[in-house]
Amino acid sequence: MISLTVNGKSYQFDLEPETPLLWVLRDEIGLTGTKFGCGVAQCGACTVEIDGRAMRSCSAPIGALDGASIVTIEGLSADRSHPVQKAWIEEDVPQCGYCQSGQIMAVASFLKANPNPTDEEIDANITNICRCGTYERLRRGIHRAAALMKA
Amino acid sequence: MDGNIALSRRRFLVTGVTATGGLAVGLSALPQLGDAATVSATPWDDDGVAPHELDAWIAIEPDDSVLIRYQRAEMGQGSMTALVMCVAEELQCDWSKVRTEYASANRSVRENNVYGNQASVGSRTVRESHGLMQQIGANARERLIQAAASRLQVPAGELTAANSVVTHAKSGKTLRYGELVGDAAKIKLNKDVAIKPPEQYTLIGQPMKRVDVPAKVDGSAKYGIDTRVPDMVYAAVLACPVPGGKLANVDEAPISGARGVIKVVKLPNAVAVVADSYWRARQALAKLQPEWNTGADGNTDSAQFNAEYRAALDKPGAVARNDGDAGKAIAGAAIKLEAIYEVPYLAHATMEPLNATAHWQADRLDLWVGTQMANNTLKALVGIMRMKPEQVHVHNAFLGGGFGRRGGVDEGVQAAFVSKAVGKPVKLIWSREEDMRHDRYRPQAAIRFAAGLDPQGKPVALSARVAVGSLFRSNNMPQFVKNGVEGPAVDALATNPYDIANQRFEVHLKNTHIPVSFWRSVGASQNAFFLESFVDEMAHAAGKDPVAFRRALLGHRADWMKVLDTLAVKSDWGKKLAAGKGRGIAITECFGSVVGCVAEIDLTPQGKLKVERVVYAADSGHAVNPLTIQEQMEGGTIFGLTAALYGKITVKNGAIEQGNFDSYQMVRLAQAPKTEVHLALTGGKKWGGVGEPGTAPIAPAVANAIFAVSGKRVRSLPLMDQDLSYTRTASL
Repeated sequence: MISLTVNGKSYQFDLEPETPLLWVLRDEIGLTGTKFGCGVAQCGACTVEIDGRAMRSCSAPIGALDGASIVTIEGLSADRSHPVQKAWIEEDVPQCGYCQSGQIMAVASFLKANPNPTDEEIDANITNICRCGTYERLRRGIHRAAALMKA
Repeated sequence: MDGNIALSRRRFLVTGVTATGGLAVGLSALPQLGDAATVSATPWDDDGVAPHELDAWIAIEPDDSVLIRYQRAEMGQGSMTALVMCVAEELQCDWSKVRTEYASANRSVRENNVYGNQASVGSRTVRESHGLMQQIGANARERLIQAAASRLQVPAGELTAANSVVTHAKSGKTLRYGELVGDAAKIKLNKDVAIKPPEQYTLIGQPMKRVDVPAKVDGSAKYGIDTRVPDMVYAAVLACPVPGGKLANVDEAPISGARGVIKVVKLPNAVAVVADSYWRARQALAKLQPEWNTGADGNTDSAQFNAEYRAALDKPGAVARNDGDAGKAIAGAAIKLEAIYEVPYLAHATMEPLNATAHWQADRLDLWVGTQMANNTLKALVGIMRMKPEQVHVHNAFLGGGFGRRGGVDEGVQAAFVSKAVGKPVKLIWSREEDMRHDRYRPQAAIRFAAGLDPQGKPVALSARVAVGSLFRSNNMPQFVKNGVEGPAVDALATNPYDIANQRFEVHLKNTHIPVSFWRSVGASQNAFFLESFVDEMAHAAGKDPVAFRRALLGHRADWMKVLDTLAVKSDWGKKLAAGKGRGIAITECFGSVVGCVAEIDLTPQGKLKVERVVYAADSGHAVNPLTIQEQMEGGTIFGLTAALYGKITVKNGAIEQGNFDSYQMVRLAQAPKTEVHLALTGGKKWGGVGEPGTAPIAPAVANAIFAVSGKRVRSLPLMDQDLSYTRTASL
């Protein structure tokens, strides 16, 4: 049995330990906000927070996560009130939106450690793929979220 | 926010004549940015009829909240917002109380095609449907007014409608839409009422936040892959690596008794494993070693294709355009140029890999899928699954990217057959590798140009022969190939408006076993690169500035001139840049819009390229939602830049070599240039598309900037395969 805390709720799973967290979240718990994009930690659509760090859940086997605490996009806030979510709405960032759960989770985690990021720091740390090409607004959204966090 | 569309938010005094002849004067409050309309996080309905419907398009609740159905697809292009704005513009309802959802393709079947064309393809959603949607809103408003007239026993002409309220100014009486919808639903109009002319728009033309954004920041927006239905099982699928090949045999022994595995389903060209979770299905599938029949296609590779496409350029092709006598004019020209350009196959690589959830029953098929064309998907399934149209229910979801790939059929048919085989609802998901290797690709192409200029550098002739795959033949629509030519093969090429007296364009439609199809900006994705690079060559051969050279050939096209001049001004064209930096320009027309861009690059002598700044100008005639147009140009830039820098699908032993984002790279934030978008709208009768055109001009603009810095002419993509190093003595 593997125990996980997801968005504050406790779960126990009898699954193969190599099962990626992504599929546990999506198929076992039904939290479909976390997306499958590549399966090899290339694109970041599956990014969630594991014990406070942004991780690509498609490549995180649950066998290594016994006792871990996970936050998904659904757990970031109850009402889209997290500064990154607010900034994303204000800047109209998403297009198709499929990558955005992962982008938002990556940015939320990044801004905790880097409250005043430069563009260079953003480039080095936010490496998720957006096929619609929302990068112009995404960058603006990151700066706006940083400002909202200080407000 | 630099260089963005300048539009002030203000209150509009609306003056207009109602359909019944009365003068309507009202102060229409523009919605505040926070008061956005919304879309249901689960955007499909289950073919039920909503309570309080006015008609198939509009329902109004007793609390005045309005449901406006959207009949096409939302894949990020923003049309769901734009078309609902068109209805709301005329309905005069409170935008903050508007909710939308997809119109049901099944209901359209049952109700005499009430929703018409449901496809979002060819950048046509808004430009084809804005009038229809405005009319739907206008007729609805008129019916509400007539219902109020009979309730109040006053002439309809004395009533005005605004903000979901009908007002009788003389008596001061008001009735809310929510109170009138029941009566209004019974009213039939003898004829359509007049819709507003553009100068009376209050909502259309405003930069409105997209209705789908809130659901896309909290994980609630449902894509096809997020479908969950009771008793559902999961399927992973592997098709023959060589497109067109068939499944010969598969030994199921390696996964016999594997935990969770339910069944191995053999399809004509693929094998699917069904299990109680997707992960288990996927793991089990990886243990199978299917045998395939690939035929002679299994011996082909890209080197052979490259040689064949080049060789085709030596033979005369079908004539797409023939003005004057280009051959003779070139022969007699003072300055002659010739060049061959080439581009590879490209994959769509939508972020959401193809998937579909199907529930097959003897008398009903439900399919949950993100599709760009819900009614075509339905029609295809009717044929393939041998069902009646009213038995097939396509529940369209948000699309995790479309770009021309999502027709709902390849994945939908697989899911339907697998569901039939196991007797349960099945969610079938393609791996990223499956998605990459079984795309319908942007075709490979090669072209040979020739041009002649007079001694003053004025072009007198331009000719080109292009070899490219036929999209229509590959999609079983050969009727759209006319005399060996099809539109996409020569779009943004033979259609150019340059004032050059002698022009000839020939086409070889040449397909391989690799399926080809529509890829964002379609023919213009390669043709704009070809033509605008070669026009740049002509400008340099003439010793002219590339903007001035184009201006001299475009005086008869006010829209092209407006875009060109906007670009020149906003990009600081002509202003000196530091060593190693340079600008390139390109302009094109496709899907009814003129778009151009200036790319500003940094190129080191070692050949390290960085696209630093991109300035776009676009003329789509009108703008329903300028914010989404801007977003589409920004996104189109990245889509086109990804292709220019990295895009390459290659074939070995008949199969696609690339599989995931490590071998098919994408532009990420670090490579994304600063992008500005300027609308240069010319209005009038022109309604151009915006989803696709933005992709087309970036590749030639970057290539032309590379020439400006280095003197190196890039004639083949992607750029990552080119040696861009140079000696920094060339002063160009």
